[in-house]
Amino acid sequence: MTLRETLLKARENKKAAFIPFIMAGDPTAEETVKSIIALEKAGADALELGVPFSDPVADGETVQRAAERALKSGMTLDGVLDVVKEARKQGVKIPICLFSYLNPIYKKGYAGFISAAQDAGVNGALIVDLPPEEAEDYVDAAQEKSFETVFLCSPTTTPARLKRVDAATTGFVYYVSREGVTGAQATLAGGTAEKLAQLKTELQNPVAVGFGISTPEHVKALSGIADGIVVGSSLIKAAAGAENPASILAEKVEWLKTG
Amino acid sequence: MTALPDDKGYYGDYGGRFVPDTLMAPLIELEAAYNAATKDAMFWDEYKSLLKNFIGRETPLQHAARLTAHLGGAKIYLKREDLAHTGAHKINNAIGQILLARRMGKTRIIAETGAGQHGVATATAAAAFGMECIVYMGAEDMARQAPNVFRMELLGAKVVAVESGSRTLKDAVSEAMRDWVSNISNTFYLLGSALGPHPYPKMVRDFQAVIGAEAKEQIMAAENRMPDSIIACVGGGSNAIGIFSAFVDDKNIKLTGVEAGGHGIKKGSHAARFSGGTPGIFQGMKTYILQDNDGQAELTHSVSAGLDYTGVGPEHAWLHDSQRASYAYVTDDEAVAAFHLLSKTEGIIPALESSHAIAHAVKTAPQLPKDHIMIVNLSGRGDKDIGIIQRYAEEQA
Repeated sequence: MTLRETLLKARENKKAAFIPFIMAGDPTAEETVKSIIALEKAGADALELGVPFSDPVADGETVQRAAERALKSGMTLDGVLDVVKEARKQGVKIPICLFSYLNPIYKKGYAGFISAAQDAGVNGALIVDLPPEEAEDYVDAAQEKSFETVFLCSPTTTPARLKRVDAATTGFVYYVSREGVTGAQATLAGGTAEKLAQLKTELQNPVAVGFGISTPEHVKALSGIADGIVVGSSLIKAAAGAENPASILAEKVEWLKTG
Repeated sequence: MTALPDDKGYYGDYGGRFVPDTLMAPLIELEAAYNAATKDAMFWDEYKSLLKNFIGRETPLQHAARLTAHLGGAKIYLKREDLAHTGAHKINNAIGQILLARRMGKTRIIAETGAGQHGVATATAAAAFGMECIVYMGAEDMARQAPNVFRMELLGAKVVAVESGSRTLKDAVSEAMRDWVSNISNTFYLLGSALGPHPYPKMVRDFQAVIGAEAKEQIMAAENRMPDSIIACVGGGSNAIGIFSAFVDDKNIKLTGVEAGGHGIKKGSHAARFSGGTPGIFQGMKTYILQDNDGQAELTHSVSAGLDYTGVGPEHAWLHDSQRASYAYVTDDEAVAAFHLLSKTEGIIPALESSHAIAHAVKTAPQLPKDHIMIVNLSGRGDKDIGIIQRYAEEQA
């Protein structure tokens, strides 16, 4: 299934797709492959896989540190694609979306990146510092290959910009539920559920929500409303430095999904 | 003033606005507010009044007679930005942006700083306008520019040490962006150089254009003709773009930006983006950056914290590719030698950043005829650097 199909099916079932986010190469490529397999077994419906970047302006401390560990382990964009290839070889079926900053992809070249990612078994990508206004060439290259695009919107996105975001998207729209960077929060941003309900009527694409979601209560509160729920920092934090990160991640996902 | 950028914030292929969605709304708001301010005569009147009465402009264009005689070639003038209040050109931009912040109803000012000069300028402007001020500074830079940290604190600013990445300017920029995106409603990000997402490169250039405008009038008054060449150091590139802006349309005038060559052009040993870098996307803009094959930012080095940066302002990338300006580099050793030379020949202790521009003049002026008029932008004074110079001498000994 594609990312889009997964989220549309979730909408039909009125239960949001559960989408964990982990950083490829944190702590190693081998552990990341094990973690992906464990996450699928624990009930992940799709995966967001982080491509580490040296200067992650949109990320809070948890994801920054994960990227630093990954870069230290030697992870690169090509290395991330190898991780996906290996996970696919070992039978992983859920759709996989890369979460990256633009420069590594720009450096590789859009067409080269897209065909290499598809060969590896990646379904699409979210490029966090590429707004639709700057994405024309990328979107053209992606659409040519049916590589799914994911774009961000947030509480401050104007109606005119939201239309642009929707038009550039072929996978799903990712709603950033709060002003700020990635990171686990104790409470959900006020008005998130209402905003999501509204987005679903306005957007042609399915919509996932992320940034700050960290407890089963958060998941439960949004599950009937969003088409997908992304949980990242709280998973990364739990697994950081653990001897067996894959099993910690699986436990944590099972716990979050009790919501 | 040049017509660039276009309405998407591009200078040729460079510039743009490469930011997460959450920063789009505040950047669009900032652009609209700036465009409105630029059409408001009262805004510029107040800016000009502050330039005169608070900053002490105009700054002199001084004929450096002893340096000229020592080098034996081109006739050298120094644009004395070191004499601006707070000791560097950075205050021109800080005052312009804080006026805009007040106009937008923002009460909390954040800034990044490398050498600390922009941090000091921002803290000064915030104090003068009664606003809260937070300055992000790489922990490495805090150690090497300790006097400026203390100055910012004296001015009532809170200096936050940035411990991520290489703990220098680029990491301070990232941290300031993170703060901004988390506190958009009341916060104004007072960016210190002509870099980052549109409209910052344009706005900072416009607020620094006073350097070039004054220099042009002053050289006409002194020599009754335009100069033959202009030299300025380039970190992000705000002092350079400020002085270049008045001369860029006159193609006979040679413009040279001087980057930090550090220990020489080897991976991780310098910050000369036009000698060791390639186009990429970094901190909101498309420009030349120092990067590895995977597109990760490479570590940089310079004895001068203010030039120690991975990327360069996008207008410089355009001036470079269009061959309107050329970009050279000088090494740490050459810059330090120029620091000493200017101190002893002219009685002016230059900032280590500005010493790079002086060093390039030292290399090139002797080969030029005596009727060649050269303006070197002396972007700041060097009091903040005397500790570094002392340690540098000890390390060489």
